[in-house]
Amino acid sequence: MEGSQYRGYGMILLGAVVSITMIRLAYVLYWIGRPLRPLQKHLSTLIVLGSGGHTAEMLRLVNVLQKDRFVPRFYIAAGTDNMSLQKARVLEDSLLENKGIGNKNIEKLVYFEQIYRSREVGQSYITSIYTTMLALVHALWLMLKFRPEVIICNGPGTCIPICLVAFIFKVIGVRWSSIFYIESIARVRRLSLSGLLLYKLHLADQFYVQWPQLQRKYPRAHYVGCVM
Amino acid sequence: MSGRHQSPKTENQMVFVTVGSTFFDALVKSVDSQQVKDELRKRGYTNLLIQMGRGFSIPSKSSGEDGSLAVDYFTFSPSIADYMRSASLIISHAGSGSIFETLRLGKPLIVVANEDLMDNHQIELAEVLADKKHLFCATPQTLHQTIRTMDLGSLLPYPPGEALPIANLMSKFLGFPPE
Repeated sequence: MEGSQYRGYGMILLGAVVSITMIRLAYVLYWIGRPLRPLQKHLSTLIVLGSGGHTAEMLRLVNVLQKDRFVPRFYIAAGTDNMSLQKARVLEDSLLENKGIGNKNIEKLVYFEQIYRSREVGQSYITSIYTTMLALVHALWLMLKFRPEVIICNGPGTCIPICLVAFIFKVIGVRWSSIFYIESIARVRRLSLSGLLLYKLHLADQFYVQWPQLQRKYPRAHYVGCVM
Repeated sequence: MSGRHQSPKTENQMVFVTVGSTFFDALVKSVDSQQVKDELRKRGYTNLLIQMGRGFSIPSKSSGEDGSLAVDYFTFSPSIADYMRSASLIISHAGSGSIFETLRLGKPLIVVANEDLMDNHQIELAEVLADKKHLFCATPQTLHQTIRTMDLGSLLPYPPGEALPIANLMSKFLGFPPE
């Protein structure tokens, strides 16, 4: 008799947890994609560099961002990518020279970090389960460290663990990061796998495409023209 | 290095071939074929320089003293941009980096699609830019035809893109006042 009573309480508790989680999920999904009102002077920003052409496109955007609004800036790139962080550093250094700020201040405003990559080209699916877990844990660590208010990414896969962790942070209330995803200029007719995931799962707050054909196919996306 | 590939003569017309950061043997074999070299010579090009990456197909070097095309190659180089600047024609893989670098320099460009790639989305970009007359598109098999029939005068300059619309949308979304 007593046992079934506990079981009853257990069911009620479980029901409560499930409904609270569902309500919170619905709340988060409702607010994703809705503009923010608060007026902070500046927002901490995580910039995910995807290597090669992805990095080139991202740095074109960083170059025209209002730098005093998106600060401090955290740049991350895949551990296998030696060039991207170096290019970001060159850009940041040139910004400093333009503004004539001493090298001392940049240390507090700009950070560079490498992230474990979830899957290398040609890696087998079995080992990639293990490496994906590692990448998620590393993403969690970096997100806890930075807790960015803004995340800007443009693929490829490097940004997926970061965006997943950001979504979980939104749900459990650790941090609300606005996610901006820019689909690569090389995608004219079909989204990339990363783009498709972020779009379908409603993970990105704003989703940008560079060709009108794509915008017609994915109406929630914003058409912004070519960045290159 | 570059001095070796360019003689001071002004009539030097260099064709620069780039496969990007990996390899693309089908392209290297194609530009090294007699058919393609003949067509290039007919169009007045004098030098062929191939960035072959880490592929296995080694082109045949030639000094070009007998009036044929002078051919040289290397694997990778930090000064790709310099070679692009001194080229009269660029034949490139379909990576967006080298496409936009060439277009920015205003050089005639033939993009060759790598049909061996599994997820061959890169051809989409080359095709849409070819439709807009900014470059020519070819495959390793059709490259000689493209060189024979291309009309360089039909190419239009590429207007550089702009990232400002994204920055503005982001700022608006985040509640920053418009500047």
